Amino acid sequence: MSLILSAIAALLGLALAFGALLGFAAIRFKVEGNPIVDQIDSLLPQTQCGQCGHPGCRPYAEGIASGEDINKCPPGGEATIQALADLLDVEPMSLDAEHGTEKAKQVAIIREDECIGCTKCIQACPVDAILGAAKHMHTVIESECTGCDLCVEPCPVDCIDMVEVDQGLSGWTWSAPQSTIIATDRKLAS
Amino acid sequence: MKTPVEHSNKRKLFEFNGGIHPEENKWQSTQEGIQQTSLPPKFVLPLQQHVGAPAKALVSVGEHVLRGQLLAEADGVVSVNIHAPSSGTITDISDHPVAHPSGLSSMCIVLCPDGKDESVERVSHEDYLNLSADQTRQIIRAAGIAGLGGAGFPTDIKLHPANVKNISTLVINGIECEPYITADDMLMREHADEILRGVEIMARLLESEHCILAIEDNKPEACAALNVALTERQQAKSAQLHEIELAVIPTKYPSGGEKQLIYVLTGQEVPSGGIPADIGVVCQNVGTARAVYRAVRYGESFTSRITTLTGEQMQQPCNVEVRIGTPINWLIEQYGYSPSQPERLIMGGPMMGFSITDSSMPVVKTTNCILAPALNELPLNEQAQACIRCGLCTEACPADLLPQQLYWFSRSNELDKAEQHNLFDCIECGACAYVCPSSIPLVQYYRHTKGEIKQQRLDLEKSDRARIRFEARQERLERETAEKEAKRKARAEAAAKLQAEKKAQAESASNNTNSPAQTNDSKTAAKSAVEAALARKNVQTTDSAPAELSAEALKSQLEKTQAKLDKMLDALEEAKQNNLDQVAKLQRAVEKNQLRVNQAKQSHEQAIKREQASASQPAPSAAENSQQAPVDIDQLERSLEKAKSKLETMRSAFEDAEQDNTDQKEKLARAVDKNVIRVAAAQNALDEAMQNTQSETP
Repeated sequence: MSLILSAIAALLGLALAFGALLGFAAIRFKVEGNPIVDQIDSLLPQTQCGQCGHPGCRPYAEGIASGEDINKCPPGGEATIQALADLLDVEPMSLDAEHGTEKAKQVAIIREDECIGCTKCIQACPVDAILGAAKHMHTVIESECTGCDLCVEPCPVDCIDMVEVDQGLSGWTWSAPQSTIIATDRKLAS
Repeated sequence: MKTPVEHSNKRKLFEFNGGIHPEENKWQSTQEGIQQTSLPPKFVLPLQQHVGAPAKALVSVGEHVLRGQLLAEADGVVSVNIHAPSSGTITDISDHPVAHPSGLSSMCIVLCPDGKDESVERVSHEDYLNLSADQTRQIIRAAGIAGLGGAGFPTDIKLHPANVKNISTLVINGIECEPYITADDMLMREHADEILRGVEIMARLLESEHCILAIEDNKPEACAALNVALTERQQAKSAQLHEIELAVIPTKYPSGGEKQLIYVLTGQEVPSGGIPADIGVVCQNVGTARAVYRAVRYGESFTSRITTLTGEQMQQPCNVEVRIGTPINWLIEQYGYSPSQPERLIMGGPMMGFSITDSSMPVVKTTNCILAPALNELPLNEQAQACIRCGLCTEACPADLLPQQLYWFSRSNELDKAEQHNLFDCIECGACAYVCPSSIPLVQYYRHTKGEIKQQRLDLEKSDRARIRFEARQERLERETAEKEAKRKARAEAAAKLQAEKKAQAESASNNTNSPAQTNDSKTAAKSAVEAALARKNVQTTDSAPAELSAEALKSQLEKTQAKLDKMLDALEEAKQNNLDQVAKLQRAVEKNQLRVNQAKQSHEQAIKREQASASQPAPSAAENSQQAPVDIDQLERSLEKAKSKLETMRSAFEDAEQDNTDQKEKLARAVDKNVIRVAAAQNALDEAMQNTQSETP
């Protein structure tokens, strides 16, 4: 009997000790915010375009963390969906066409002689990539433009164009070799 | 086949793992000496022929230039000058296909030679060894020399490493291990002396202890020529000359790779992701050494190089000294290129070169070979078969990588794993693809994956920057709204305070009127307090207090309506300029508002009158009222002025309208009439007020 009691006492003591330790650790090493949101946010393309229906990439990351679909980001495209699926260990799905389609990288260009200096695009730009002042010509800092096209709609004189980025020689990379097909398939194909 | 030269090295050589022994095919192009080419009908000079930023064009179309004249200036540190290869006229500066595996176009300067080949005046230096290091480097930079070995890195930067004190060894690369190419071989045979002089200049700049000229044992003629030149120099040796050691190494591909050659000579490995200067070594090509000598000694800018023209489709394979910018199709026609088979040209060697899609592209600073192979000589890539995991590629890899693993990771797009397996240490020599029994284009997979990883890095960098900017903006917007809110609160508080003060003043004023008599009568403080409260109540019930209050309220109301009216008038004017539909509506609104203003004015005046009437009864408060009256008169005067100025603007608008538009004329005329009436009313009100105060003040 005393054996059982001493065993229970020992276990109880251990449980209390570890419980106290865990409780202390939970307070001492408490993580601020949800770390998964940061991880998701770092995978999103940060165009801040709002095509997912959220006002920016971080809100969408929070949305995904609370169970939203991962296929609402057209600028990220399939690559981002794949990365998110890997991170969250869910099935990758195809891009939701409702939110837009995957397009080549774009950058906004202001036709400067038509700009009336209304500052509306400056207010719309989520990354402060448009330079200008009231009644003065505006221009886009191309290296900072994410191509979200949020500035196009508010422009009262329609002087903003979305142009595909041409990276020229420096941006060129080798294409992947053609996928291999076996000899019999090749014969069939020809 | 030639017998290899004896390895009579003082130096202990090391052997790197892997490597292959492909058919050399060097004899075809070494039958004749270096040929001089004539002037082509035009030169095409790409602004980017080197690693780094493209050069900036300095000339304009139509300009006449001389040989050696600077056409484009280095843009930034890692960039290279471009000079005119002959005298002539600039005919075009636009996009042309350039020597690049992409086959893309890039900005080029097109020069039509005039045939005179006049040169700019060159600054030669007889005693070039006595020039200061900085002067020498400046000459090299100005001459536009980029590494002739392959990548085209600006030479002056390599000769000015950050840790120049730690550079112990200068390696001159005369290996030329790739099949078919013999440009360096022929150069060493014919210009050994100039190469050695160039090496001396570079060794002096780097202050290196050792200076090794490495050559493969399959080039006995070049080796002999170098030995002759070396002994000549040793006989004429003065104390300041550096000792140059000739190292003959066994033939193996790719021992000409910078990292491999350094390992063979020193047994040291260049750290992953590092450069040779990290282990105290600088590597330069023999062609670069000669270009450096020509630039420093004769002031020649870098406008020509030696290029191998070879392959079975070339009837006269040889090495040529060709001006930079010469179109390839013109050049190969001069040496009997007859495309009996479908045209197939490779720039560089068969292992590391790339196919040329457009033969009008020019020879650039890094073009060491133009290969025109027959189909049976260099078969087109066969259809790749499945990987059988034979492991031959791993044995052949000179960089000690695992090509098979890298292949799987590249195929499945596992970029991070490929990077972890040191993909970026791959020198793309092609040894793995050469030995692959399934003829898998391994190097193309690696190049693609490298590009993807680089792109991913760039994207990540950009998205990080976008995130920072977005967050900064959010923060700024929040701060601004908070500031606005705080300001609004402060204003509201100030207004409340002011109101409270006014109230208190009014109370104390009324207390002063009533209390003196009462406080004299009262005996206890409590009693006086009660009576003060009663008096306050009395004051409130008297006519004067509400009249005063309502007068103030009315004043503020009047101001508000007037402000609204002003705004409307502004809108009306704007609308007049822009849109005729809105004008009528706005005009009606303005009229309504004007009515409201008038009403407010009237009630205000009435209130004032009431006030004055009530104020005339109690004697002490008359002073206060007389103070109030001029204020009101001022106000009225101001409003009268406003009305007058408005009337004027309306009249001018009316005149404008008369000239432009008859539709608006009527409306404006009506508005002007109304405004005239309004001004008259305001004048009346003012007069009345004046009379009132005058009747009161005495």
